[in-house]
Amino acid sequence: MSDAIDRPNAPANDSPATRKPVSTGSEWTFELIRQYDEEIAKCAAEFGLDTYPNQVEVISAEQMMDAYSSVGMPVGYNHWSFGKQFLSTSKGYQRGQMGLAYEIVINSNPCIAYLMEENTLPMQALVIAHACYGHNSFFKGNYLFRTWTDASAIIDYLVFARNYVSGCEERHGVDAVEQILDSCHALMNHGVDRYKRPAPISAAKEVLRQAEREEYLQRRVNDLWRTIPKMDEDEDPIKRKKRYPEEPQENLLYFIEKNAPLLETWQREIIRIVRKLAQYFYPQRQTQVMNEGWATFWHYTLLNRMYEKGLVTDGFMLEFLQSHTAVVYQPPFNSPWYSGINPYTLGFSIFTDLRRICETPTDEDREWFPDIAGTDWVKTLHFAMANFKDESFIQQFLSPKVMRDLKLFAVEDDDQEDNYKVTAIHDEPGYRELREKLARQYNLSYREPNIQVWNVDVRGDRSLTLRHVPVNRVPLGKDTEEVLRHAHRLWGFDVHLESVDEGTVVDEHHCPPPLKS
Amino acid sequence: MGMTHIVDRRLNGKNKSAVNRERFLRRYRHHIKKAVSDAVHRRSITDIERGESISIPSRDIDEPVFHHGQGGHREMVHPGNQEFVTGDRLPKPEGGEGQGQGQGQASPDGEGMDEFAFQITQEEFLNFLFDDLELPNLVRKKLKDTEAFNYVRSGFSTQGVPAKLDVVRSLRGAHARRLGLGGARKKKIRELEAQLAELKSATADLDAAFSHKDQVQALEDEIARLKANVKRIPFIDDIDLRYRQHLKQPKPATSAVMFCLMDVSGSMTQMHKDTAKRFFILLYLFLKKNHKKIDVVFIRHHTSAKEVDEEEFFYSRETGGTIVSSALKLMHKIIESRYSPAEWNIYAAQASDGDNWNDDSPVCGKLLTDSILPLVQYYAYVEITPQDHQMLWYEYERVQEQFPGSFAQQQIAEPSEIYPVFRRLFERKAA
Repeated sequence: MSDAIDRPNAPANDSPATRKPVSTGSEWTFELIRQYDEEIAKCAAEFGLDTYPNQVEVISAEQMMDAYSSVGMPVGYNHWSFGKQFLSTSKGYQRGQMGLAYEIVINSNPCIAYLMEENTLPMQALVIAHACYGHNSFFKGNYLFRTWTDASAIIDYLVFARNYVSGCEERHGVDAVEQILDSCHALMNHGVDRYKRPAPISAAKEVLRQAEREEYLQRRVNDLWRTIPKMDEDEDPIKRKKRYPEEPQENLLYFIEKNAPLLETWQREIIRIVRKLAQYFYPQRQTQVMNEGWATFWHYTLLNRMYEKGLVTDGFMLEFLQSHTAVVYQPPFNSPWYSGINPYTLGFSIFTDLRRICETPTDEDREWFPDIAGTDWVKTLHFAMANFKDESFIQQFLSPKVMRDLKLFAVEDDDQEDNYKVTAIHDEPGYRELREKLARQYNLSYREPNIQVWNVDVRGDRSLTLRHVPVNRVPLGKDTEEVLRHAHRLWGFDVHLESVDEGTVVDEHHCPPPLKS
Repeated sequence: MGMTHIVDRRLNGKNKSAVNRERFLRRYRHHIKKAVSDAVHRRSITDIERGESISIPSRDIDEPVFHHGQGGHREMVHPGNQEFVTGDRLPKPEGGEGQGQGQGQASPDGEGMDEFAFQITQEEFLNFLFDDLELPNLVRKKLKDTEAFNYVRSGFSTQGVPAKLDVVRSLRGAHARRLGLGGARKKKIRELEAQLAELKSATADLDAAFSHKDQVQALEDEIARLKANVKRIPFIDDIDLRYRQHLKQPKPATSAVMFCLMDVSGSMTQMHKDTAKRFFILLYLFLKKNHKKIDVVFIRHHTSAKEVDEEEFFYSRETGGTIVSSALKLMHKIIESRYSPAEWNIYAAQASDGDNWNDDSPVCGKLLTDSILPLVQYYAYVEITPQDHQMLWYEYERVQEQFPGSFAQQQIAEPSEIYPVFRRLFERKAA
């Protein structure tokens, strides 16, 4: 039976007779969880996984639903959208339409992982390997997380944010706060610095600096608007072409926080909170394939290592492999269950193949990955984990073999054509093109429309103009007007949005909408 | 690598999301109110023991963000290729929406097709219903609390709080225990003491084998040992304690019958009936509080009255004129045959648009004052019309003067105006 199981690290002399499994039943106890964690930690150390300390929290299904609906944040401010999330989660769960995730893990130091009490012991072990050693080491090692998030400060910051928001609710009413939060959420994806590194967040400093900042902010805003009415030197607005801001700004929330004329300080503070959170989640949005792939690769590798060491039984492995297989299942494009590429499958396949390329390279691998083929796989995988995000990771490491295994193909949809066109498939001429196209699919600025602050009519009606640069003529979706209303609520004056393709305005949105004459 | 810390959080509060859930309900209260209102229309008036499933068009609760729309030129990579080769052209499906093309998996053509559905609890259901009826808070609480209880004595228990300690029982138990444990020893002590006295009074050289002094000593030692033993028996011990035990018993275990009388003549529209239904529900809710068993009798009338089931009561239509006394007569007949006032608390709620044949109204007044009101606990009448009072109203005003404690009437156009007719009833029972 053990031959049926892939045992990549098996030393030749290992035999089931030497087995001393940690446990044989499927019921877990705290003592057993501790023992498994210890053994998994030893295995992880063999492979050099570097993690934050772990905090494993066993919770009930209801608590898991709570955790779900606050996007995994252990503390969060109150908002109806989290309630909506909760209602849909609990309904789906109660009707058995969906299982809950086995775990949720939080990028914090210590790294908090939630385990559901319903899980069987093999599932708990899988979750520990996946979350506490896989995700955890990713949070600690990946450059995006290292640069953009501060794992040791996030919990304190969340507490600060919750208290601040609830303080505002007391002073200004739930409705007023809810409105600001609604509007901030609408712009949240455009509330991040994509290139500039933000200052680390710290709850203590936030509180300390708050009073100071309140005063300062308001003064700065006032300064900007005080210089307005001097129309003396160059009153011709066409000639005076100097825009404000001089360079387009990608972080809409930041720009509004600092420049919106009418906002009160608490409103600016709430904008700041939302964009800080957006920034915190930004790395996760860019590393889904890598992060899940890495964690999946490690739960697979670590538990197999446990099996080689005789620490788990065949029954344990069968249950584990069944879950693992379900996690990495990729329905084909024509399946009714197809909903895009499964990030677990893609990431797991790439990392697994990377190891193969290091250990048993073929001629093809040597041609495609001359620097990697035959190298130390643990080092290579760590390098890949640490220095890339989904887009560049796929561009760099997606091998022809994985493309063949997943039978990838690219389809072009041009609204000026009557047919879809297959532009590349998993064959020799298609590999590079396919890889490029798939990588681009994970580029956030390709996934989300590129919208920046273009100009504020400082001397005129104070209107804010946003500029959308379409890629491949793809227009904005149907929510656009609605989002503009939120932008208008924050800005306080007219908001315009122009789609400018190669110098010509191809589409315009205005809030309030222009009067029809 | 650090140590792992394992925490059991299961006992921490699980209702972390309660506030957010409440925020959601608050935001969509108009939708929910409407759903509750529809549910009231749909449900039986005795069916208020459960929550309700609410659905809101997804479009109304979407959180908008900037995203790509349909159109333009895009490419997507998909898995599971079977037969395609580069350069293949595939026809686009009708309607322009390809499988999984672009970001929007949600069908852009089927706007509003899918609904966001969720459950509200019975408590929330009642809250929305009460909002509709504008019930005062105190009354809401009274109606929602499950049941009132009396505490009745039910013997003694070995466990309990100090306040319920029964001193007499406990001491009696202690006494018995002391007797049980010490009685035999005390008897022995008495025997030994008698022996000792005898020994002391006897001559010293009775038996040479035992010296007289040694025997006295031995007896005295034994007596001292036994006395110490007896002394160690505690005066009162944990096991002696007895606590009075009380059992919860549902308070008034009486039965009530509720008569619903409604005019179903042609002038009563469905809107009138829906308002009337709320009126009956409120009475039912109130009665449920105070009675274990409630019978509901539905009597509908136009020119003649008929006892019907709830379905027919609310939803079948009739035309023609109105003779209210027919319903009152039928009600009286039913009371006489089935609901003896000695065994039943009788309540009645009458809803009408006020129409009646003019010469019938005095008959109604007389029926009420003479035969019905002496039998019933409370009679509530609502005239559902925004217009001027009708003849019946003036007749009932005179009835009210005679029975101010058990008769109430109110003219209403809105459900929120129903509550005042019950005010006295609530006050009376609340006291």
